[in-house]
Amino acid sequence: MHIKSYKGTKILGKTATYCILISASMICLFPFLWMVSTSFKETAQIYKMPPGLFPENPTLNNFIEGWQGADFALFFKNSALVTLFATLGTVLSSSIVAYGFARFKSRLSPFLFIVLLGTMMLPTQVTLIPQYLLYYKLKLIDTYWPLIIPSWVGGGAFNIFLFVQFFRTLPKEFDEAAKIDGANSLQVFLKILLPAVRPVMLAVLVMALVYNWNDFFSPLIYLNSSNKFTIAIGLQFFKGSQGNVKIGEMLAMSLVSLLPVMAVFATCQKYFIQGIKMSGMKG
Amino acid sequence: MNLAGKSEFTGLDNWIYAFTEDPLFFRAFGNTLKYVVMFVPGSIIISFIIGLLLSKKIEGQGFFRTVFYIPYITSGVAVTILLGWIFNTDYGVLNYFLSLLGIKGPDWLGDKNMVMVSIVIFSLWTIGNNIIIMLAGIQDIPRSYYESAQIDGAGAARQIFSITLPLTTPTIYFNLIVTFIAAFQIFQQPFILTNGGPLNATYTVSMHLYNNGFLYGKMGYAATMAWGLFAVIMAITLIVQKSSKYWVFYDD
Repeated sequence: MHIKSYKGTKILGKTATYCILISASMICLFPFLWMVSTSFKETAQIYKMPPGLFPENPTLNNFIEGWQGADFALFFKNSALVTLFATLGTVLSSSIVAYGFARFKSRLSPFLFIVLLGTMMLPTQVTLIPQYLLYYKLKLIDTYWPLIIPSWVGGGAFNIFLFVQFFRTLPKEFDEAAKIDGANSLQVFLKILLPAVRPVMLAVLVMALVYNWNDFFSPLIYLNSSNKFTIAIGLQFFKGSQGNVKIGEMLAMSLVSLLPVMAVFATCQKYFIQGIKMSGMKG
Repeated sequence: MNLAGKSEFTGLDNWIYAFTEDPLFFRAFGNTLKYVVMFVPGSIIISFIIGLLLSKKIEGQGFFRTVFYIPYITSGVAVTILLGWIFNTDYGVLNYFLSLLGIKGPDWLGDKNMVMVSIVIFSLWTIGNNIIIMLAGIQDIPRSYYESAQIDGAGAARQIFSITLPLTTPTIYFNLIVTFIAAFQIFQQPFILTNGGPLNATYTVSMHLYNNGFLYGKMGYAATMAWGLFAVIMAITLIVQKSSKYWVFYDD
């Protein structure tokens, strides 16, 4: 009897678990489903009550007119350019800075490492204004430089931290053996250490890709000319010019802007999960 | 200072202006605090519960994990626009669903008492990373603890409160600090959807900073705001850190 009731609660618990997880999944997925559905609807049907999930006369008009409504091809190209160079910089510079912290000791390095980690606690707003003034003095406002340069000078404290943690797990004998074979420090880094931490590199890479593609605040303050807009600012600009009037076109363009992120995620999912798990490790 | 002219030392003028004349300064801090107070506990509680459920032996764990993570990686202008449409008062599908249940849906983004709640809901939709960090923390707990507890006759609820929760506190602590820092900087959703309105109900510190620095050209005053925000964030981080010895439990 006792065993039976225990089993009973267990089944009840399982059912409740699935119910909550499935409902939460629906909450997470439904908006995307709705976005796809609305994108293919005719304007009249978008505002129809009660709304239907499936478009009655599926149409591509929202995509065609939205695409022509603003220069989305250009926004995409701009975003791709910024994302490419910023991501490349993030991976290269954070890994090489981490190499320094992990393998080249000086009396200052423990202190510098603490300072570096301290910058993670700093809200972006604090450095925002001095940074803006710096780029202003350098006459780099309304160029892509302010969006790319920060990635090449360190690539973020958190990424450096990840790399350091993993470089430290690699035995120093690796480096020494390579050095005996005549490799210099840079070759040790590029040929021995970097390939050994490939999962970290990929995790940093995919997270940087998504971060830079989605970034809204930096392009918002640094870019002024509409022909330089990235997709995030382009969408906001498009929204401003359309209001709620052309919601179909807006959602169609939003959907298109998500496709690259979705594609990266679909192919590299395990590196994302890995990256996030590693981020929890420092807690 | 402004961009064109030379900067000159103004002493405490910016601070005095903020505290005595600028009516939006306290409003912005108050709104931000309201957001933080709703979002941070909500985020911690939901991510703990979902993390806990995901840690059970269930079918499709990988699938669920992916699904909860998708809103996080897609969070940006596109998704903010999408949520704004779903929460549209007259044509939004959410209010349609509510009407099926016989509930008259609120004016999510137009009612000054409701709008911050909507912004919090939008943010809670994107906490997939917190969920995965929480899940990783929960999965680190050795199975043997639960097994001995079961032998001693501890039920499911008892196991959660006596084993899972205490041993997840280091992860909760980490999530709490990171979430606090991010929450105080809330900008994107109110900027895109409400522009701080209606009646300044979603006008946050970051928006005030942005408007002063980049629309009105008052860089010095914007810097004042940034330091004010920094001071508040530091104070809260310190409080959380000091309090941690009373509630964070390290199992080594």
